[in-house]
Amino acid sequence: MSVTPQPAMPKCWRVESKPHKFCPGCGHGLVLKCLGEAIDELGIQDRVVFGCDIGCSLLSWDFFNCDSVQTHHGRTTPVMTGIKRANPDLICIAYMGDGGGYAIGVGGIVNAAARNEKVTVILANNTLYAMTGGQMSPTTMPGQKVETAPYGRDPEATGMPTQGPEMIAAITGAGAYVARGTMANLRQLKSYIKKALQNQIEGNGFSFVEALSACPTNWRTNAEKTWEFIEKEMPKYYKVGELKNPFEAKKEAQQNG
Amino acid sequence: MSEKPITGEKRAFMTGNEVVAWAALAANAEIMYGYPITPQNEIMHYWTRQAPKFGRKFLQTEDELSAGFTTVGGVLAGRRAFTATAGPGNTLMQEPMSMAEAMRLPTVTIVQQRGGPSTATVIYSQQEVNLTTYGGNGEGMRIVYSPSNHQELFDYVIKAFNTAWKYRFPTFVLGDGYQAKMRESVTLYDPAERGIEMVPTEPYVGKPGCPGVDREPGLYRNTYNVEEELYEVLQQHFADYEKMSKEVVEYAAEGTDDADLIIIGHGVVFRGVREAFKELRAEGLKVGYFRPITLRPFPAEQLKALATGNRKLLIAESAQGQLAKLVKDHIYGCTAEIVPLFKPGVGITTEQIVAKVKEVLK
Repeated sequence: MSVTPQPAMPKCWRVESKPHKFCPGCGHGLVLKCLGEAIDELGIQDRVVFGCDIGCSLLSWDFFNCDSVQTHHGRTTPVMTGIKRANPDLICIAYMGDGGGYAIGVGGIVNAAARNEKVTVILANNTLYAMTGGQMSPTTMPGQKVETAPYGRDPEATGMPTQGPEMIAAITGAGAYVARGTMANLRQLKSYIKKALQNQIEGNGFSFVEALSACPTNWRTNAEKTWEFIEKEMPKYYKVGELKNPFEAKKEAQQNG
Repeated sequence: MSEKPITGEKRAFMTGNEVVAWAALAANAEIMYGYPITPQNEIMHYWTRQAPKFGRKFLQTEDELSAGFTTVGGVLAGRRAFTATAGPGNTLMQEPMSMAEAMRLPTVTIVQQRGGPSTATVIYSQQEVNLTTYGGNGEGMRIVYSPSNHQELFDYVIKAFNTAWKYRFPTFVLGDGYQAKMRESVTLYDPAERGIEMVPTEPYVGKPGCPGVDREPGLYRNTYNVEEELYEVLQQHFADYEKMSKEVVEYAAEGTDDADLIIIGHGVVFRGVREAFKELRAEGLKVGYFRPITLRPFPAEQLKALATGNRKLLIAESAQGQLAKLVKDHIYGCTAEIVPLFKPGVGITTEQIVAKVKEVLK
């Protein structure tokens, strides 16, 4: 009898909802794996409230064995803010896409960031609206062909891609953690997500991680082209790294006496 | 910090917005989320002055979408949470309250109606009846109280928290600009001293134990994959709503038995209706009144029983037939004739109602 080896799943993943509902090759599964491992390693499964948006992220509504709330497009940040304000012991995670965070929900995210709400936002950036069929989003790149920019995004007509973490780093106060990771470097992405959660646990301030993610379905790419897009095209506009790190700032302050 | 905001009975002379803030305090509301819009602002002003003294919280959000959704979050966390809005803010509030309807969340929203459509006036109207009773995508499964004076504002804000948490439908107190801004005498009281027990709240998320280990996780969504799945869920909501309606529905009526004409009005307009009724009866005219206190669910059976024969129903409202629409819908098939007295966005006086009734009964 042959035994198929099973991939290791984070302990807080909900087995009943696996295999997950994302398209093959989608980045969500990997980002959520990083999140799951971070939750496991921090031992906070019993305190986490996971919120997801409309768009593909909603498919994660039953992804974890954590209390989860799925809400409307762009409203996950205010819902998590409302929960956190009402019960500060909970670890509130808002999970959304680039449409939910940078277009329809930008008011929510910008103001939560400006208020330094003690919640963690993880935003998967796949450069388009995926669930609705591949329309242009704030992060669609110049020249990129999408359903509502069939000849390629023209920055003259529609502007340049939104630099989310850069914007959030600029408007958050002390104690905020801001980073951009990528599904092309999961070890690093996980470390960012873990720090973003740690930052909330310590009550320092707003925590934000953008994860460069893939949508092979709407990009209409095969495996090879998908990776080419993530590794070569996306970094032209989206620089991976930490933009704001209160842990480093604390360390530096200690060293400088 | 934790002493009661009100002990014994306190007579006060204050604005409706102040009354709402005191009622929320008395009802043990724990957190308010709000966004400024006239004429409800002073609810936030009074709340933010009192809240810290009693360990209550407040968050001013960036818009009504966030005010509504943070309220939803507060309720999910198990707190007696509320918000307040008006006019275009009420329009935005329909999105979060539609989610509350879908997830059966006991949100409480105070609406102080202003003129419409759009920005219109910041003063007064009864034009938010459609929006508050049936706004949002869905079937309007919510509870809407329409108080007519400051005492009722106090009573029904307290009651709204209990109805919401007992039946788990979003609940609204539909006031208006006059009620919000004018001063009137009111008796403030501690609900417990009047034997009113506050329905205990319960968290939806963050219950004790580790999800998936000690208990099932709370998995809340408002998205369904297939039509049948949503259909099933809604059937349960409809059944719950219907069962609840009989217990929740409220109305007031007087002089209806022998009436040739029944005046129908709600909210502050009812004050004019009641005065007109008294004057007309004193003159020997066979007039009665019917006042829906819950606009949703609507006291349909009770009104249907009165809308018989060749009676006339005079509907007085500060809107172009929003109450009339509810009435017509609920008494469909009845023989009574409907006579409108519509004054959208302006108040209605006793004299106007008296004159109209005399004209109709001539």
